[in-house]
Amino acid sequence: MPIITYREALNQALREEMARDDRVYLMGEEVGVYNGAYKVSKGLMEEFGENRVVDSPIAELGFAGVGVGSALAGLRPVIEFMTWNFALLAIDQVVNSAAKMLYMSGGQFNVPIVFRGPNGAALQLGAQHSQAFESWLAHIPGIKVVSPGTPYDAKGLLKSAIRDDNPVVFLEGEMLYNTKGEVPEEEYLIPLGKAQLKREGSDCSIITSGKMVLVAMQVADLLAKEDIHIDVLDLLTLRPMDVGAITASVRKTNRAVVLEEGWEVCGIGSQVVDYIQRDCFDDLDAPVIRVHQADVPMPYAKALEKSAKPDVAKTIAAVKQVMYR
Amino acid sequence: MATKKRTDAKSASDPALDREMLHSMLLQRRFEEKVGEAYALGKIGGFCHLYIGQEAVSTGIVGQLRHDDYVIGTYRDHGQALVRGITPRAIMAELFGRIDGCSRGKGGSMHLFDRNTNFLGGHGIVGSHVPLAAGVGFAIKYRGGDQVIVCFMGDSVVNIGAFHEALNMAALWKLPCLFVIENNRYGMGTSVERAAAVDDLSKRALGYKNMDGIIIDGMDVHAVRAASAAAIERARTESLPSLLEVRTYRFRGHSMSDAVSGTYRPKEELEEYTRLDPIFSLKAKMIADRVMTENDWDALEQEVAATVLDAWDFADQSPEPPLAALYEDVLVDTTS
Ligand SMILES: Cc1ncc(C[n+]2csc(CCOP(=O)(O)OP(=O)(O)O)c2C)c(N)n1
Ligand SMILES: [Mg+2]
Repeated sequence: MPIITYREALNQALREEMARDDRVYLMGEEVGVYNGAYKVSKGLMEEFGENRVVDSPIAELGFAGVGVGSALAGLRPVIEFMTWNFALLAIDQVVNSAAKMLYMSGGQFNVPIVFRGPNGAALQLGAQHSQAFESWLAHIPGIKVVSPGTPYDAKGLLKSAIRDDNPVVFLEGEMLYNTKGEVPEEEYLIPLGKAQLKREGSDCSIITSGKMVLVAMQVADLLAKEDIHIDVLDLLTLRPMDVGAITASVRKTNRAVVLEEGWEVCGIGSQVVDYIQRDCFDDLDAPVIRVHQADVPMPYAKALEKSAKPDVAKTIAAVKQVMYR
Repeated sequence: MATKKRTDAKSASDPALDREMLHSMLLQRRFEEKVGEAYALGKIGGFCHLYIGQEAVSTGIVGQLRHDDYVIGTYRDHGQALVRGITPRAIMAELFGRIDGCSRGKGGSMHLFDRNTNFLGGHGIVGSHVPLAAGVGFAIKYRGGDQVIVCFMGDSVVNIGAFHEALNMAALWKLPCLFVIENNRYGMGTSVERAAAVDDLSKRALGYKNMDGIIIDGMDVHAVRAASAAAIERARTESLPSLLEVRTYRFRGHSMSDAVSGTYRPKEELEEYTRLDPIFSLKAKMIADRVMTENDWDALEQEVAATVLDAWDFADQSPEPPLAALYEDVLVDTTS
């Protein structure tokens, strides 16, 4: 099976879906002539022309709204945000327009749109460029939120997101674009709303998504050497969340660590823990522990940044804590 | 681009069209007067913004659109919805929060929608729908169609970022959009003079190439129709956007909780505009032109009253949405 980067996997998904359906178009800053700020859209303008790969002005609110409006009139836009930090300027269109249209029109106007781009921290980009917004977005009924961590998942989920008739928020990662993995040549789709068990183990569950899946897998490798076997559950879709997969894993291991990239307060992990306490109260052998970013804006200095981020060491410590080791 | 005054536009007298426009405006007026009554009785809840005084704008513009064109607007949307052809019954039922409402009782006064007439909603966030309109224009052009989208907005919208982002893209990409500012002189209680650092709002068009800026007398339905006809033609045949500043006035408060004249506008100003009432101006002209008699007018009033009463009765008898509807329409379940 070919081994390709996460970036190439996304590029393939876009190319295939644009070839399949001419209502699909890509719009965002630098997606065309520049080939994408992170080169995700490389070659697409050449292949599909500037009507379907549209370089927008730096106007997040405006072009996100153009996307929603064009979806109301029958197109299937993919809107690229250079990063989700900048999408805050467009959040009105995601929350007040895209997520509300179907409901407030009494079911008449659905909005088939994908809002995608890198989410979370890269390296030393400072406070305004290093934010993980998945819990903000997953809070909103009327949209789906997807957060793939591997090239295989990125491709299969993006294709499904583009075919979905609802607004889908698609969270990538700057630190993920160069990561590699196996991606088959034949076409496949990964359904939205289903979690995936990435590693089976009976001692403790790590429930996570996105970039943190890579951390969880390293943790599982390292702990296996200590004969601690981790169930790594990759949520893949954060809304709707696959609650059944969470409870199945926790019922098996009786212990859980919830790992996320964003901040603690009202984070994705809070919701996961709520599902666990509701459905697995009698199964738990220890309180669930959460691993997340420190409750501060991201600092620039290398050592400070490192200590702010969730990582392998913090996750191992959390697993040992729930195992009373 | 240049801003032009086109308030003097005269159309050749067309009695049939005059009657149609008079009917269209009177229906909006009497319908909304009933809405006011229903609100006072508690049959309508929430925010409710009457359009009374501004009827010439919707009649003059929406009345001449093609069936496959698009209309989008603000929370002050009853007038445009009626002219677009959503039935008085479906609108009243929506205001009453009933299942037969045009948004199945889920939208209310501020969110009237209708797929059959390409009525893309009343929107509640000031300025937010202007980029949506540009997006509809984008889709029309993407498919090579010759429809147009008309986007209604209040005067306060010219000061918000979404407006400028949308106009920039519409002008840059030559999208077939009419951006219609209904300048009723106030955004809630703040006068245009106290909010906008520009004298004529139409001058906002000057910042964008390919964009016409036009000032229109919104109390004269013929002027509205003639000037917007040119802008519609420009959008349809040349795919170029226009910014229309239609000068109008609302005769009622900002919403049902606002007194009619309020603290922010003098009574005399209201009285002055009331004398320019677009409906009674047209009526007077038609009587002077001898294309209508007082008896014809009475008959028109009766016809409109019957329509409005029928809408009320229909809405009153329509059931509330079943509680199961609460969880419907959050997402569609198909993946195509
Ligand atoms: C972004 C935003 N800010 C504030 C409001 C509250 N609000 C609703 S209508 C309104 C006044 C708008 O005035 P204008 O655009 O002139 O339209 P009009 O009501 O006169 O038709 C305000 C402040 C809002 N809905 N959206
Ligand atoms: Mg106003």
